[in-house]
Amino acid sequence: MSLNEQVLSYPIPGDAALEPPAEWAELRGKCPVAHVKLPSGDQATLLTRYEDVKQVLADPRFTRRLNAPDAARMSAEGGGVFNSEMATIIPDGGEEHQHWRRLVGKWFTAKRMTALRPAMAEIAERLIDDMVKRGRPGDLKASLGFPLPVYVICDMLGVPAADRDRFSYWSDTLLNLTRYGQAEIEAAQGEFVQYMSEHIAAKRAEPGDDLLSALIAAGGPEDGGLSDIQILVTGMALLVAGHETTANMIGKMVSMLLADRSRWERLLADPSLIRTAVEETLRLDANSGFGLPRYLREETEVSGTVLPRGTTVVCSMAAANRDESAFEAAAEMDLSRSPNPHLAFGAGAHSCLGQALARTELQVVLEVLLRKLPSLELAVPVEELERVEGLAVGGLRTVPVRW
Amino acid sequence: MKVTVDEAKCCGAGQCVLIAPEVFDQREDDGIVILLEPEPGEEQHALVRVAAAVCPAAAIGLS
Ligand code: HEM
Ligand code: SF4
Repeated sequence: MSLNEQVLSYPIPGDAALEPPAEWAELRGKCPVAHVKLPSGDQATLLTRYEDVKQVLADPRFTRRLNAPDAARMSAEGGGVFNSEMATIIPDGGEEHQHWRRLVGKWFTAKRMTALRPAMAEIAERLIDDMVKRGRPGDLKASLGFPLPVYVICDMLGVPAADRDRFSYWSDTLLNLTRYGQAEIEAAQGEFVQYMSEHIAAKRAEPGDDLLSALIAAGGPEDGGLSDIQILVTGMALLVAGHETTANMIGKMVSMLLADRSRWERLLADPSLIRTAVEETLRLDANSGFGLPRYLREETEVSGTVLPRGTTVVCSMAAANRDESAFEAAAEMDLSRSPNPHLAFGAGAHSCLGQALARTELQVVLEVLLRKLPSLELAVPVEELERVEGLAVGGLRTVPVRW
Repeated sequence: MKVTVDEAKCCGAGQCVLIAPEVFDQREDDGIVILLEPEPGEEQHALVRVAAAVCPAAAIGLS
């Protein structure tokens, strides 16, 4: 049976932690608009070509209203972050979304990120020193990948980093599509809302120099600011978004660069490649997670196929990022590739708000690691790295390293 | 080379500023792109092309 007739189960399992499933190339070549079955049993349409994914992500007809009654559910348990009601509180499109984006976006400009660099480097150095003190081998994910982005985002939001274990759990219940039951997810979300409301009330009473205090100071919708519930959800969204994505990417980036140690050596010899190397690992991340689902409000055509209204589309940015028609030698890791218009952060009006932050964190981590631990290597064969299953955001279970 | 930016499309990702800080900046109050140099010098052309290619919102035009 060819891919055309068969209904593939999605996500497509990947055997090797850092390698793409063989199906991607086949889908891009022969079946760019494919029927797939989601973990919930519902059907969706999978896109894997660069041009299609880029076009759909930037097209407002493909909405994020995954809570529509006829939208596919991601998983039987309800679908975590994608299908949640909460996702509807941040405006989905048009002027309202742009307004929200600009109010929050000013905290994520390139200049602000550059200003955060020294503090980030200090945190990275301290975390690496602690890992070294604990002795070889270390788990780079637990020692550095996870804590660093949490310290940074907690600081931006003015929430205590000491509460990070709770954030981790709350994020996980939102982002893990298969691990938790509906009751547990709801209970966790309730606690998270409670926590964030109390935190915002405290900021209201005693403002600090942080993003949430600034959103509160901007006033309500009548003053051009956000409503209370929008501030609440923005805080939660930033905490979750700033947490698992970058944390997992740090582990994957370092693993990809150490998997073939000549890459690491090239970076040691020429640290000016750090910026392009980070982009290339984002492009080649074969384990980036679920992809982005979109719900189609009106009939549209993609790659010559008519998609009826009510279709749920899943965009695989990771498959698109390996499309030969968009990237020369797409399967090869080229640490100096430029330009590198990969789709790891999405595209269009919704493309990742935190991308300058994520890029800065990844660059700083790599720079500090190369400087402090030039002898770094994986402590296990690449084949033994294991994926975390079921996450909307892909990651590795552990990243064992020695130096 | 003439550069244009579309403020309405810009999503404030700051890629352009990171790549070509002499040509692009971002407004303090909302992160939207500011074009510093509509006709950048020769030495900036390569960087500006990279910035235009990677702008996630396709907000940078070159002619
Ligand atoms: C390597 C790390 C990261 C990756 C791969 C990533 C990826 C993405 C992607 C693909 C989207 C698009 C979602 C869509 O179109 O529906 C997105 C949106 C978003 N990201 Fe990230 N992200 C990362 C880090 C961060 C960080 C550090 C933050 C902030 C603290 C952040 C905040 C956001 C927000 C707020 C949105 C929603 C933007 C909107 O709807 O306008 N992300 N991210
Ligand atoms: S890269 Fe594009 S979207 Fe980002 S700030 Fe520059 S013009 Fe705006």
